[in-house]
Amino acid sequence: MAEPRTMVEKIWDRACILTHDDGQSLLFVDRHLAHEGSGRGFARLRAEGRKLRRPDLTFGTADHYVSTKGSKLDDITDPDMRERVAGCGPNAEEFGVTFFTLGDPRRGIVHVVGPEQGLTQPGLLMVCGDSHTSTHGALGAFAFGIGSTEHYHVMATQCLWQRKPKTMRINVEGERGFGVTAKDVILHIIGEIGAQGATGHVIEYAGSTIRAMTIDERLTVCNMSIEAGGRAGMIAPDETTFDYLKGRPFAPHDADWKTAVALWKTLPTDAGAVFDREVTIDAARIAPTVTWGTSPENALPVTAKIPDPSAEADAGKRTALENAIDYMGLTPGAPLTDLTVDGVFIGSCTNGRLSDLRAAAAVAKGRKAKTPTIVVPGSGQVKAQAEAEGLDEIFVEAGMEWREAGCSMCCGFNGDIGKPQQRWASTSNRNFVGRQGPGVRTHLMSAAMAAAAAVTGRFTDVRELEENA
Amino acid sequence: MEAFTTLTAVAAPFDRLNTDTDQITPGRFLKKWDADWENVLFHDLRFTAKGREKADFILNQKPFRDAKILVCNTNFACGSSRESAVHALVAYGFRAIIAPSFGDIFFGNSSKNGLLAFMQDAAVCAKLREQLHADPGATMSIDLAEQSYTGPDGTAYSFEIDGFRKHVLLNGLDDIELTMQYEDQIAAHEAGLKQEIPWIVGE
Repeated sequence: MAEPRTMVEKIWDRACILTHDDGQSLLFVDRHLAHEGSGRGFARLRAEGRKLRRPDLTFGTADHYVSTKGSKLDDITDPDMRERVAGCGPNAEEFGVTFFTLGDPRRGIVHVVGPEQGLTQPGLLMVCGDSHTSTHGALGAFAFGIGSTEHYHVMATQCLWQRKPKTMRINVEGERGFGVTAKDVILHIIGEIGAQGATGHVIEYAGSTIRAMTIDERLTVCNMSIEAGGRAGMIAPDETTFDYLKGRPFAPHDADWKTAVALWKTLPTDAGAVFDREVTIDAARIAPTVTWGTSPENALPVTAKIPDPSAEADAGKRTALENAIDYMGLTPGAPLTDLTVDGVFIGSCTNGRLSDLRAAAAVAKGRKAKTPTIVVPGSGQVKAQAEAEGLDEIFVEAGMEWREAGCSMCCGFNGDIGKPQQRWASTSNRNFVGRQGPGVRTHLMSAAMAAAAAVTGRFTDVRELEENA
Repeated sequence: MEAFTTLTAVAAPFDRLNTDTDQITPGRFLKKWDADWENVLFHDLRFTAKGREKADFILNQKPFRDAKILVCNTNFACGSSRESAVHALVAYGFRAIIAPSFGDIFFGNSSKNGLLAFMQDAAVCAKLREQLHADPGATMSIDLAEQSYTGPDGTAYSFEIDGFRKHVLLNGLDDIELTMQYEDQIAAHEAGLKQEIPWIVGE
């Protein structure tokens, strides 16, 4: 009998064209995702007289530099940003790529659009010039972020040189408590294993808590694999996955659907397959979680207090804690719920899907925002669905801004940023120094928790609001 | 791409833990393809909001200004995939980065731009940084072919690097030409794909 294999090994073996003696493998890329940042790659293809090898396997969407204040090119006031977005259409046409540009109702954040359109599928090897490509693993794809040189290499060859990564299984077991979301699960995991806890590894999330999650929730979990250092994050495809994909535009149809499902059912990790590392997390121990510092690993239950660096024995870690506390303007020992916020961002590839907006709207309904709050849907489709359900009206009535789809404040590339020393509650994925604008203090949390911060003006245990609802 | 063979240069200690690529090249500078990468490097750690040098930042201290080797802390260059982080380090003059661990994507990007990145135990990195702080402007020497280097005190160390990365760096090679030597195998794989998962393949 064949050696039992993990899911990522099965995908690797199928995608692998050849392996050198030193362990470097040439892998074939099944789906290559592009965004405005790909413009440079297209320009280089043109300059070097190369072809885009597989336009049929390349898909793009404009997300990083688009304005969230309007849907037209002229809404982008910065000329460099406008040029980035304006180049998408002509590049796509010249190289024969399906690209969701401004005006296309399918346009949105690449990691929201991929699953939504059925481009993301179990068993595919997918890459994109963006670190949050790990998101797509929620459907059982092996998906990871690459830099611009590798992006160009894939454009020209549809292949990548890679070394087989190590594997790590994170088992999350048990029922989630009331008010505990997928975001809390992944923030808790990063808090437990650390920001480099999975460096060099592909994470497979497993266990009863993960199995019980919807695809939107699994996407949130896999999205932040990179914040734990993981090369990729994946979840075995199951009936939840198949139900989600069925009927989506780029998913297999008719006779292909049956073939695909049969193939997808062979993907889950074999019994007896060995992971390089294995971690088990008890879901019952997870509370609504927020980050307090400048690394995603600085995650704590919202009921906790700001840590005291003097309790840290390691000098290097102590300095890091002191710097984080200083940058974030915090007092050691103070309760997190004492912190007031200057702004709230709800959106991103982590938490910009319909279910996130529903959760935020449930908290916002009948309440008023006490602080500026922007709600940015993850895609045009999410926006349309939310509006069909009247979620936009709930947000607007609560005094929140309802915006156009894009990456927005998650990376701040398009100019959606805060002001120095402002404290923001954000549903995004990175609380790095300056990420949301120079001097801006970012606290990561779920969509429901961010909405709770908006309507109370401070960090609030959302369970208190939900229980009173 | 500039080949990397041997290097003797000033080394700078960089103590920050979990340094993300947003610190190396902040997002607001990425909208231009060709930014002034040399001055974007570590911009917000290096300069005040008014653009003045922060005196306490390591690369603003005289002996370290010409550093070409950076000895870092754990999880250096984690986060965003932005290859500008590598471009900026190279534009400043860095040729080698040593750390206990790196962000995986940065690590992959580094060798594509002639930047040698390799891992050493946290204890070794901590000792090197300590020595560099104690003797500002001290040099280190690296020999890629031999996979060895000497610390500021002359102690000899060795490091691991996989054969492919070493080959590419030593020869300053472009991956695409290497890859296209395998055109027949790639084409055969593509034909197989059309059989195995035909629904993803275009007409």
